Amino acid sequence: MKIFKLIFKNALRHKLRTFLTITGLAIAVLAFGVLRTVIDMWNEAVNAAPIDRLIVRQYVSYIFPLPYAHLSKIQKVPGVECVSYANWFQGVYKDKRNFFTRMAVDAETYFSVYDEFLISPDELAAFKQERNSCVVGSAIAEQYGFKIGDIIALEGDIYPGHWEFVIRGIYKGRDKATDVSQMVFHWTNVDERMRQEMPGRAGDVGWYIAKIKDESHAAPISEQIDAIFTNSGDATKTETERAFTQNFISGLNSLLTAMNFVSFVIIGIIMLVLGNTMIMSARERTREYAVFKTLGFSASHIVIIILGESLLIALLGAGLGVLLTYPVVSIIAALVPKGTFPYFFITPTTLILAAGAALLIGLAASIFPIQRALRTRIVDGLRFAG
Amino acid sequence: MSNSIIQVQNVSKSYWRDSLEVPVLNDISIDVHEGEFLGLMGPSGSGKTTLLNLIAGIDRPSRGNVIVGGIDITKLNESNLAKWRSRHIGFVFQFYNLLPVLTAFENVELPLLLTSLSKAERKKHVELSLDVVGLGDRIHHYPKQLSGGQEQRVAIARAIVTDPTLLVADEPTGDLDKRSAEEIMILLERLNTEFKKTIVMVTHDPRAAEKAKVVHHLDKGELS
Ligand SMILES: Nc1ncnc2c1ncn2[C@@H]1O[C@H](COP(=O)(O)OP(=O)(O)O)[C@@H](O)[C@H]1O
Ligand SMILES: [Mg+2]
Repeated sequence: MKIFKLIFKNALRHKLRTFLTITGLAIAVLAFGVLRTVIDMWNEAVNAAPIDRLIVRQYVSYIFPLPYAHLSKIQKVPGVECVSYANWFQGVYKDKRNFFTRMAVDAETYFSVYDEFLISPDELAAFKQERNSCVVGSAIAEQYGFKIGDIIALEGDIYPGHWEFVIRGIYKGRDKATDVSQMVFHWTNVDERMRQEMPGRAGDVGWYIAKIKDESHAAPISEQIDAIFTNSGDATKTETERAFTQNFISGLNSLLTAMNFVSFVIIGIIMLVLGNTMIMSARERTREYAVFKTLGFSASHIVIIILGESLLIALLGAGLGVLLTYPVVSIIAALVPKGTFPYFFITPTTLILAAGAALLIGLAASIFPIQRALRTRIVDGLRFAG
Repeated sequence: MSNSIIQVQNVSKSYWRDSLEVPVLNDISIDVHEGEFLGLMGPSGSGKTTLLNLIAGIDRPSRGNVIVGGIDITKLNESNLAKWRSRHIGFVFQFYNLLPVLTAFENVELPLLLTSLSKAERKKHVELSLDVVGLGDRIHHYPKQLSGGQEQRVAIARAIVTDPTLLVADEPTGDLDKRSAEEIMILLERLNTEFKKTIVMVTHDPRAAEKAKVVHHLDKGELS
């Protein structure tokens, strides 16, 4: 018999109690893992956004349009390599719940500026050629079973009317973080119809996207662009795509802070759960520890027996929790509309935090029991009655 | 007076209860000879257990010395005292004090984990001890699957497995029915006569005390 066997047998002494403790730990670690994953995904979305692309939007808010005439002026700013533009189209595909990004874009430049969207040259050429065609991301193609040649019908809301687009391309993502849930079609197509039906809105551009040659010049180039339009009726605000994303998400910052806080509160709760179990066990075993000492076992043996049991339970709980995190995160990823997060995965940091927390909890939960067992004198321990 | 294996010299012991000194033993001196079977009798609360604990090195006297096998154990520090106990003392308690999660075999093996014996050697010793106490056929039973008498015999096997200098027993029959008590006493007597174990036994059962060769009476912390 080894001391490890004793630790194991001790842990299984009250099977229901141990089972409940391990389950409690697993659920807490699961909650911790899911929260951390969501937080990580937000941060990932920000960091994945490049800084060699500038977003030029209306000064007050991106819900107000800019004139098409800005295009040639932005193109002329030194350091700007290529300019594209887009409008938020929205619309409804069959049902309001079918949410994915739908935009009217400049077909000529969009895929050059967004070089992380991978599309075959043939498909791109076909898309550019056909006025009422569209390209969809691989995620929504998979989700809705879209194939090349299919027609997607949208009911317009921002742009009223019935719209039909034929799929001419499906793009893939270059990186894991690439947003592969967009549907894009010709800005000119939408604009032409606006010209006929709502002439007041013809020539409206939602925002410009300027790809720059040297990302270290992002700040001066942004200033230069904004300077051009300062005194026009259509002033702009230019910032890197990362800054743009960050500002977009910053509205959620307090939520993220709260989630962060909660995830660590959870750790505290697990500590109390396991601590309680360990204190109960140690109290019940007061006499046994006295017997160990009587037989000549040293303080370090007692530490190993108690700490070992605590760590065993903590690691089993954490291990189970981490294992459960994978399927649960997949389920959440499947339920969340495509495009909410660019992608969903459990980062090594989350795993390390969970494992580290489990070790820490195992350690912390055994401090009081160990202290008690070591401090109790043998004669008092032997006289101890439950 | 040759071969004194235990010398209790002018030992006094008090406990403290809320800063109030409670005297338990008052200037006690005893000599125990090698191979002796000593019975300690006396009413409840007279300090029998306390005296036994001092002899066995699980408690320290307030005054006086306890010399066992030539070593003054009152001078040993905690960790040396623990080592000394594991080598020289076998303990038998009133309530057996077996670990419920361990089998008879594992309970008896426990003290051997502190020795350098190999697994095979440990097994030999454990089986031998369980044979001596007549439980060779119960080695894989857990304490709750045994009767009180059988549990106490496992405890005795645990006490003798390291072949200690001295066996101490605190009311070993106190929790047993008459027949089991009788069996335990016969076993202890056999350990004394056949295996030459020195035994110090606390009891207030006169029938148990009959087996002892020498009986001391303790009353209110004093020998009478
Ligand atoms: N660990 C202890 N702490 C405080 N008081 C104790 C302790 N052990 C024994 N006593 C007290 O010492 C006295 C003698 O106890 P004990 O030696 O157990 O007597 P006996 O074994 O003869 O019944 C009792 O009054 C008891 O309450
Ligand atoms: Mg007693």
